[in-house]
Amino acid sequence: MNDESIVIVAIRSDADIIAARQQGRQIAASLGFTSTEQALIATAISEVARNIVEYAQKGEITIQAFSERGKHGILVQARDQGPGIADLDLAMQDGYSTSNSLGLGLPGTKRLMDEFDITSEIGKGTTVTMKKWRY
Amino acid sequence: MAVPILKQHDYLIATVQSTLTDSDMMQLQNDLAERVGRFRSKGVIIDVTVLDVMDSFACRMIRTIAQVIRLRGAETVLVGIQPDVAFAMVQLGLSLDNVPTALDLEDGLALLEQRIRGRHNHER
Repeated sequence: MNDESIVIVAIRSDADIIAARQQGRQIAASLGFTSTEQALIATAISEVARNIVEYAQKGEITIQAFSERGKHGILVQARDQGPGIADLDLAMQDGYSTSNSLGLGLPGTKRLMDEFDITSEIGKGTTVTMKKWRY
Repeated sequence: MAVPILKQHDYLIATVQSTLTDSDMMQLQNDLAERVGRFRSKGVIIDVTVLDVMDSFACRMIRTIAQVIRLRGAETVLVGIQPDVAFAMVQLGLSLDNVPTALDLEDGLALLEQRIRGRHNHER
Protein backbone atom coordinates (compact mmCIF):
# COMPACT_ATOMS: atom_id res chain seq x y z
CA MET A 1 0.00 0.00 0.00
CA ASN A 2 1.41 3.41 -0.87
CA ASP A 3 1.24 6.40 1.43
CA GLU A 4 -1.47 8.15 -0.57
CA SER A 5 -4.24 5.63 -0.10
CA ILE A 6 -6.88 6.63 2.42
CA VAL A 7 -9.79 4.53 3.58
CA ILE A 8 -12.84 6.39 4.84
CA VAL A 9 -15.51 4.49 6.76
CA ALA A 10 -18.82 6.20 7.50
CA ILE A 11 -19.93 5.42 11.07
CA ARG A 12 -23.65 5.27 11.76
CA SER A 13 -24.29 1.94 13.45
CA ASP A 14 -22.64 -0.89 15.34
CA ALA A 15 -22.06 -2.73 12.04
CA ASP A 16 -19.94 0.23 10.86
CA ILE A 17 -17.81 -0.08 14.01
CA ILE A 18 -16.95 -3.63 12.98
CA ALA A 19 -16.27 -2.54 9.38
CA ALA A 20 -13.93 0.24 10.55
CA ARG A 21 -11.84 -1.97 12.80
CA GLN A 22 -11.61 -4.68 10.15
CA GLN A 23 -10.38 -2.11 7.62
CA GLY A 24 -7.89 -0.85 10.19
CA ARG A 25 -6.56 -4.31 10.86
CA GLN A 26 -6.23 -5.01 7.14
CA ILE A 27 -4.29 -1.81 6.50
CA ALA A 28 -2.12 -2.39 9.59
CA ALA A 29 -1.34 -5.90 8.34
CA SER A 30 -0.43 -4.63 4.88
CA LEU A 31 1.94 -2.13 6.52
CA GLY A 32 3.75 -4.92 8.34
CA PHE A 33 2.43 -4.40 11.87
CA THR A 34 2.63 -7.52 14.05
CA SER A 35 -0.59 -9.34 14.90
CA THR A 36 -0.46 -7.94 18.45
CA GLU A 37 -0.10 -4.41 17.09
CA GLN A 38 -2.95 -5.08 14.66
CA ALA A 39 -5.14 -6.07 17.62
CA LEU A 40 -4.21 -2.89 19.50
CA ILE A 41 -4.98 -0.73 16.44
CA ALA A 42 -8.28 -2.54 15.74
CA THR A 43 -9.33 -2.17 19.38
CA ALA A 44 -8.47 1.55 19.42
CA ILE A 45 -10.54 2.05 16.25
CA SER A 46 -13.40 0.12 17.82
CA GLU A 47 -13.37 2.41 20.88
CA VAL A 48 -13.38 5.71 18.99
CA ALA A 49 -15.99 4.40 16.53
CA ARG A 50 -18.15 3.33 19.49
CA ASN A 51 -17.89 6.86 20.91
CA ILE A 52 -19.15 8.28 17.60
CA VAL A 53 -22.21 5.99 17.57
CA GLU A 54 -22.84 6.50 21.30
CA TYR A 55 -22.44 10.28 21.56
CA ALA A 56 -22.67 11.79 18.07
CA GLN A 57 -24.79 9.15 16.25
CA LYS A 58 -22.78 9.61 13.06
CA GLY A 59 -19.36 10.52 11.85
CA GLU A 60 -16.46 9.01 9.95
CA ILE A 61 -13.15 7.32 10.45
CA THR A 62 -10.24 7.71 8.08
CA ILE A 63 -7.36 5.27 8.10
CA GLN A 64 -4.17 5.76 6.15
CA ALA A 65 -0.52 4.87 5.95
CA PHE A 66 1.85 7.72 6.56
CA SER A 67 5.53 8.54 6.80
CA GLU A 68 7.32 11.21 8.77
CA ARG A 69 11.07 11.78 8.78
CA GLY A 70 11.78 8.29 7.54
CA LYS A 71 9.44 6.63 10.05
CA HIS A 72 6.36 4.78 8.89
CA GLY A 73 3.09 4.15 10.57
CA ILE A 74 -0.68 4.21 10.52
CA LEU A 75 -2.82 7.28 11.04
CA VAL A 76 -6.40 7.00 12.26
CA GLN A 77 -8.75 9.93 12.52
CA ALA A 78 -12.28 9.83 13.98
CA ARG A 79 -14.47 12.83 13.24
CA ASP A 80 -17.99 13.71 14.23
CA GLN A 81 -20.25 16.74 14.35
CA GLY A 82 -21.77 15.67 17.66
CA PRO A 83 -22.31 17.59 20.90
CA GLY A 84 -18.59 17.81 21.71
CA ILE A 85 -16.88 17.16 25.04
CA ALA A 86 -17.20 19.88 27.70
CA ASP A 87 -14.12 19.01 29.76
CA LEU A 88 -11.40 17.29 27.75
CA ASP A 89 -8.99 17.12 30.69
CA LEU A 90 -11.62 15.29 32.71
CA ALA A 91 -12.46 12.95 29.81
CA MET A 92 -8.78 12.05 29.49
CA GLN A 93 -8.47 11.15 33.18
CA ASP A 94 -8.22 7.47 33.96
CA GLY A 95 -11.22 6.40 35.96
CA TYR A 96 -13.44 9.21 34.67
CA SER A 97 -15.23 6.65 32.59
CA THR A 98 -15.52 3.68 34.88
CA SER A 99 -15.71 0.24 33.36
CA ASN A 100 -19.38 0.10 34.26
CA SER A 101 -20.50 3.24 32.49
CA LEU A 102 -20.75 3.64 28.76
CA GLY A 103 -17.62 5.69 29.16
CA LEU A 104 -15.50 7.41 26.60
CA GLY A 105 -12.58 5.09 27.30
CA LEU A 106 -10.19 7.72 25.98
CA PRO A 107 -7.25 7.19 28.38
CA GLY A 108 -7.27 3.47 27.60
CA THR A 109 -7.46 4.11 23.87
CA LYS A 110 -4.50 6.47 24.16
CA ARG A 111 -2.46 3.66 25.73
CA LEU A 112 -3.15 1.43 22.73
CA MET A 113 -1.54 3.89 20.31
CA ASP A 114 1.77 5.81 20.19
CA GLU A 115 0.31 9.27 19.62
CA PHE A 116 -3.12 10.53 20.54
CA ASP A 117 -4.64 13.94 20.07
CA ILE A 118 -8.19 15.11 20.66
CA THR A 119 -9.91 18.37 19.83
CA SER A 120 -13.50 19.11 20.67
CA GLU A 121 -15.83 22.05 20.51
CA ILE A 122 -19.24 22.18 22.19
CA GLY A 123 -21.97 21.98 19.58
CA LYS A 124 -19.46 21.48 16.75
CA GLY A 125 -18.03 18.04 17.29
CA THR A 126 -14.97 16.04 18.20
CA THR A 127 -11.89 14.89 16.29
CA VAL A 128 -9.55 12.20 17.57
CA THR A 129 -6.24 11.72 15.77
CA MET A 130 -4.13 8.68 16.61
CA LYS A 131 -0.87 7.31 15.24
CA LYS A 132 1.03 4.13 15.68
CA TRP A 133 4.58 3.76 14.43
CA ARG A 134 5.98 0.64 12.88
CA TYR A 135 9.26 -0.18 14.59
CA MET B 1 -24.77 -13.97 13.07
CA ALA B 2 -26.51 -15.63 16.01
CA VAL B 3 -24.37 -17.66 18.39
CA PRO B 4 -25.27 -21.37 18.44
CA ILE B 5 -25.86 -22.78 21.91
CA LEU B 6 -25.25 -26.47 22.58
CA LYS B 7 -26.72 -28.29 25.55
CA GLN B 8 -24.46 -30.86 27.14
CA HIS B 9 -25.74 -32.48 30.34
CA ASP B 10 -26.03 -29.70 32.91
CA TYR B 11 -24.16 -27.20 30.79
CA LEU B 12 -24.81 -24.84 27.91
CA ILE B 13 -21.95 -24.11 25.53
CA ALA B 14 -22.17 -20.96 23.42
CA THR B 15 -19.46 -20.88 20.77
CA VAL B 16 -19.04 -17.52 19.08
CA GLN B 17 -18.61 -18.14 15.34
CA SER B 18 -17.80 -14.68 14.01
CA THR B 19 -17.58 -11.04 14.99
CA LEU B 20 -20.63 -10.09 17.03
CA THR B 21 -22.81 -7.08 16.40
CA ASP B 22 -24.58 -5.45 19.34
CA SER B 23 -27.82 -7.21 18.48
CA ASP B 24 -26.03 -10.60 18.31
CA MET B 25 -24.78 -9.92 21.85
CA MET B 26 -28.27 -8.99 23.05
CA GLN B 27 -29.69 -12.12 21.47
CA LEU B 28 -27.02 -14.28 23.11
CA GLN B 29 -27.93 -12.79 26.47
CA ASN B 30 -31.65 -13.46 25.99
CA ASP B 31 -31.14 -16.96 24.56
CA LEU B 32 -28.86 -18.01 27.43
CA ALA B 33 -31.13 -16.56 30.11
CA GLU B 34 -34.11 -18.41 28.63
CA ARG B 35 -32.34 -21.74 28.06
CA VAL B 36 -30.78 -21.86 31.53
CA GLY B 37 -34.37 -22.04 32.77
CA ARG B 38 -35.70 -24.36 30.09
CA PHE B 39 -32.91 -26.93 30.50
CA ARG B 40 -32.33 -26.24 34.22
CA SER B 41 -28.65 -25.75 33.35
CA LYS B 42 -26.09 -25.35 36.10
CA GLY B 43 -23.40 -23.73 34.04
CA VAL B 44 -22.65 -21.79 30.86
CA ILE B 45 -19.48 -21.66 28.79
CA ILE B 46 -18.98 -18.78 26.37
CA ASP B 47 -16.21 -19.56 23.90
CA VAL B 48 -14.68 -16.45 22.30
CA THR B 49 -11.74 -18.16 20.56
CA VAL B 50 -12.62 -16.61 17.18
CA LEU B 51 -12.91 -13.02 18.44
CA ASP B 52 -9.97 -10.85 17.36
CA VAL B 53 -11.16 -7.78 19.28
CA MET B 54 -12.75 -7.46 22.72
CA ASP B 55 -13.48 -3.78 23.19
CA SER B 56 -15.05 -2.11 26.21
CA PHE B 57 -18.55 -2.71 24.87
CA ALA B 58 -17.96 -6.46 24.39
CA CYS B 59 -16.51 -6.73 27.90
CA ARG B 60 -19.48 -4.92 29.36
CA MET B 61 -21.86 -7.25 27.53
CA ILE B 62 -19.99 -10.34 28.80
CA ARG B 63 -20.16 -9.02 32.36
CA THR B 64 -23.88 -8.35 31.97
CA ILE B 65 -24.55 -11.81 30.53
CA ALA B 66 -22.64 -13.47 33.38
CA GLN B 67 -24.64 -11.44 35.92
CA VAL B 68 -27.95 -12.36 34.30
CA ILE B 69 -26.95 -16.05 34.23
CA ARG B 70 -25.93 -15.88 37.88
CA LEU B 71 -29.32 -14.40 38.81
CA ARG B 72 -30.88 -17.34 36.97
CA GLY B 73 -28.95 -19.63 39.29
CA ALA B 74 -26.13 -20.79 37.01
CA GLU B 75 -22.42 -20.06 36.62
CA THR B 76 -20.62 -18.65 33.57
CA VAL B 77 -17.05 -19.27 32.44
CA LEU B 78 -15.48 -17.39 29.53
CA VAL B 79 -12.95 -19.36 27.49
CA GLY B 80 -10.65 -18.80 24.53
CA ILE B 81 -9.41 -15.21 24.89
CA GLN B 82 -6.53 -15.02 22.40
CA PRO B 83 -3.10 -13.66 23.43
CA ASP B 84 -3.35 -10.54 21.23
CA VAL B 85 -6.84 -9.85 22.53
CA ALA B 86 -5.73 -10.29 26.14
CA PHE B 87 -2.84 -7.88 25.58
CA ALA B 88 -5.12 -5.24 24.06
CA MET B 89 -7.63 -5.64 26.92
CA VAL B 90 -4.90 -5.05 29.50
CA GLN B 91 -3.59 -1.97 27.68
CA LEU B 92 -7.10 -0.60 27.41
CA GLY B 93 -7.63 -1.23 31.12
CA LEU B 94 -10.61 -3.54 30.67
CA SER B 95 -11.76 -5.87 33.37
CA LEU B 96 -14.20 -8.75 33.33
CA ASP B 97 -14.80 -8.24 37.06
CA ASN B 98 -15.94 -11.52 38.53
CA VAL B 99 -16.38 -13.49 35.32
CA PRO B 100 -14.06 -16.50 35.61
CA THR B 101 -11.94 -17.33 32.57
CA ALA B 102 -10.19 -20.48 31.37
CA LEU B 103 -7.78 -21.25 28.55
CA ASP B 104 -10.08 -23.42 26.46
CA LEU B 105 -13.28 -25.47 26.50
CA GLU B 106 -11.67 -28.38 28.36
CA ASP B 107 -10.31 -26.21 31.18
CA GLY B 108 -13.52 -24.20 31.16
CA LEU B 109 -15.66 -27.28 31.80
CA ALA B 110 -13.34 -28.35 34.64
CA LEU B 111 -13.53 -24.89 36.20
CA LEU B 112 -17.30 -24.80 35.85
CA GLU B 113 -17.63 -28.16 37.61
CA GLN B 114 -15.38 -26.95 40.40
CA ARG B 115 -17.34 -23.72 40.86
CA ILE B 116 -20.71 -25.44 40.83
CA ARG B 117 -19.51 -27.94 43.41
CA GLY B 118 -18.20 -25.04 45.49
CA ARG B 119 -21.53 -23.28 45.25
CA HIS B 120 -23.42 -26.35 46.46
CA ASN B 121 -21.04 -26.98 49.37
CA HIS B 122 -21.42 -23.36 50.35
CA GLU B 123 -25.20 -23.61 50.39
CA ARG B 124 -25.24 -26.75 52.49
